[in-house]
Amino acid sequence: MRASLFITCYNDTLFPETGRAVVALLERLGVELEFRSQQTCCGQMHANTGFRSEAFSQAKRFVRLYQDAEAVVVPSSSCVAMVREQYPGLFEELGNEALRREFAALLPRVYELSEFLIDRLGIEDVGAWFPHRVTYHASCHGLRGLHLGDRPLRLLRAVRGLELTPLPNLDRCCGFGGTFSVKNGDVSSAMLATKLEDVLGTQTEFCTALDNSCLMHMGGALHRRQAGIRTIHMAQILASTEASPAEIPA
Amino acid sequence: MSTSGYHPDLDPASAPPFPKAALPVLNNMQLRKNVAHAVDVIQAKRGRLVAEKTDWQQLRAAGAAIRDHALENLSFYLQQFEERCTAAGGVVHWAADAAEARRIILDLLRQEQADEVIKIKTMTSAEIQLNPYLESAGVKVFETDLAEIILQLGKDEPSHIVVPALHVNRGQVREIFARSMNRPDLSDDPQALTAAARSYLRQKFLTVPTAISGANFLIAETGGVAIVESEGNGRMCLTLPRALITVAGIEKVLPRFQDLEVMLQVLARSATGERMNPYTSLWTGVTPGDGPQRFHVVLLDNGRSSILKRETERQTLRCIRCAACMNSCPVYRQTGGHAYGSVYPGPIGAILTPQLTELHHAQSLPYASSLCGACYEVCPVKINIPEILIDLRAQVTDQERRQTRRWFDPMYLGMRAANFVFASAGRFHAAQRLGRIGMRLFTGKDGWIHSLPGMGAKWTQSRDLRGLPQQTFHEWWAARDKAAGKEAQ
Repeated sequence: MRASLFITCYNDTLFPETGRAVVALLERLGVELEFRSQQTCCGQMHANTGFRSEAFSQAKRFVRLYQDAEAVVVPSSSCVAMVREQYPGLFEELGNEALRREFAALLPRVYELSEFLIDRLGIEDVGAWFPHRVTYHASCHGLRGLHLGDRPLRLLRAVRGLELTPLPNLDRCCGFGGTFSVKNGDVSSAMLATKLEDVLGTQTEFCTALDNSCLMHMGGALHRRQAGIRTIHMAQILASTEASPAEIPA
Repeated sequence: MSTSGYHPDLDPASAPPFPKAALPVLNNMQLRKNVAHAVDVIQAKRGRLVAEKTDWQQLRAAGAAIRDHALENLSFYLQQFEERCTAAGGVVHWAADAAEARRIILDLLRQEQADEVIKIKTMTSAEIQLNPYLESAGVKVFETDLAEIILQLGKDEPSHIVVPALHVNRGQVREIFARSMNRPDLSDDPQALTAAARSYLRQKFLTVPTAISGANFLIAETGGVAIVESEGNGRMCLTLPRALITVAGIEKVLPRFQDLEVMLQVLARSATGERMNPYTSLWTGVTPGDGPQRFHVVLLDNGRSSILKRETERQTLRCIRCAACMNSCPVYRQTGGHAYGSVYPGPIGAILTPQLTELHHAQSLPYASSLCGACYEVCPVKINIPEILIDLRAQVTDQERRQTRRWFDPMYLGMRAANFVFASAGRFHAAQRLGRIGMRLFTGKDGWIHSLPGMGAKWTQSRDLRGLPQQTFHEWWAARDKAAGKEAQ
């Protein structure tokens, strides 16, 4: 099994440990990974802020770059949702038939990480070890965009040593929303405070998710409050073993 | 009832932009508590009743299909409605905009020699700012819906389209009633409050012979009108007066009587979390000796035809005003309705209001969402609100980027720069290196950024940001590749 890793622009820049964990995890499971160094961004930030022609040029880059990939794995649910939900409309609106065909051929081979593990590799127990109390935050794009369902929870339940505590109001947004968090910074902060009440109530050590954007949002506020709970991308939990435990940055 | 009823903060032409309008609410803890409690209660009821319908997804699909069919053939069904309503003794009027609708209604009231009018809660009349217009023309307007009475007597503004006073709690209702009905001894027991409203209302029902209503549905096949409500005040307004004027948006038409089977099921469950609403009134034209003897329908366009033109946006007009989107919205839950600067708040307001003004106003509303998708999931007629929000953002951006003052707007500068950077991996990597150096200025000893200038301050107002790591992922990969290559040699 060969797969190409689309790390996403913000993981590359801000969360390289998530990328390293995806590599460790997938190579352990026998996947031959490649990384195309020309990759940048899927265009989500531009599309969701209303910069459609800019989003289009990034979407075009993505499709061209991966058209011959056997599978594309993306450790970010919102970027996969961008590709799945918004690319079709973008290409249709701009009336580029050739690109539309290339995209249609590529789309079934683009996977969010938990989809790739469960749907493509057929693995729920990835052989991980993470002896900590953890709660899982369902990102809106993973929950309602990709319909990940209980895939993330099935993966977490199979992790040895992990004690999973359910997060109340799982379907409620953390208030990030990309540029929403600055354009409507006050409302976003209020939503975040509501979400943190639920997260802190779990009295766990870690809050995990399949999207570092929500985690950056919640983690930033948890750090500000010097709360005891830290955020960690699920790839890092799944990559963690007794021989090679998760790297947990301060 | 001296209140003019005009609320500049709910007029898209004068309301402040959403982020600014939200501030006073965010600082009003009592109001936020009232709103969160109310929407949580309705949401939970809705959830239970939707869960018991095994065919809920099919009902949603049917609801969307019925509404789409009506909208695709709107002129046909509107003409059919006019023809059949007229044949049954009603009079149909067409209003291109709010001003024309107001004039028509005032003329009708003058013909009736009415200096007082009773009203059923109607969002359409709020949209055209009917009450202040009538009051300034010397017509006294009496709202009869309990929540509308609370707002009218409290000189307050509606914050929700189904439960317009949901931001007011029972203690506040007591104060308003005690003051305006001169009942200082009134308790805050819901029964006592309802009884006070009833005695206030009963006299109006019995003495005011003219009524104004909205419509939940117009039925093309029969020329009939349908209204659903909970309190029975609507039934009183629809049956006791001599004359009835109904104002309805042109999108409210359903092709067939049978379509109510689907619409009434999804509406009651979505709106109030009930299997069926307590009162459903259906009437067709005029029946001699029974109910109002003069019946008028004012069909209002007011920007709706322009929404029909765009395929994506057309979904907006499927809306049956159930408010499930605002009850499920995490933004509305924090801000309540007033921040939306329109009588239509929440996610549906965020897409409807800018479109009704043809994007001349309310440009901040499409951004008043984190695009979490909860609204789309609960919408009984499957309006893809996030998709429309994004489409409207693109229209706002296209409009704004032509304005010279936006050239140096940090958001526009940043977005253009980011696009330039993302167009080439070389530039992207150079920008990462630059960012790593630049951000050192703001990074504390603990490796975190606690305060940023400019737009970044909106982030650091409540969150820290981890400092940029020493090595990006692609640098790590390249180094690993190189090491592996050396090993292979």
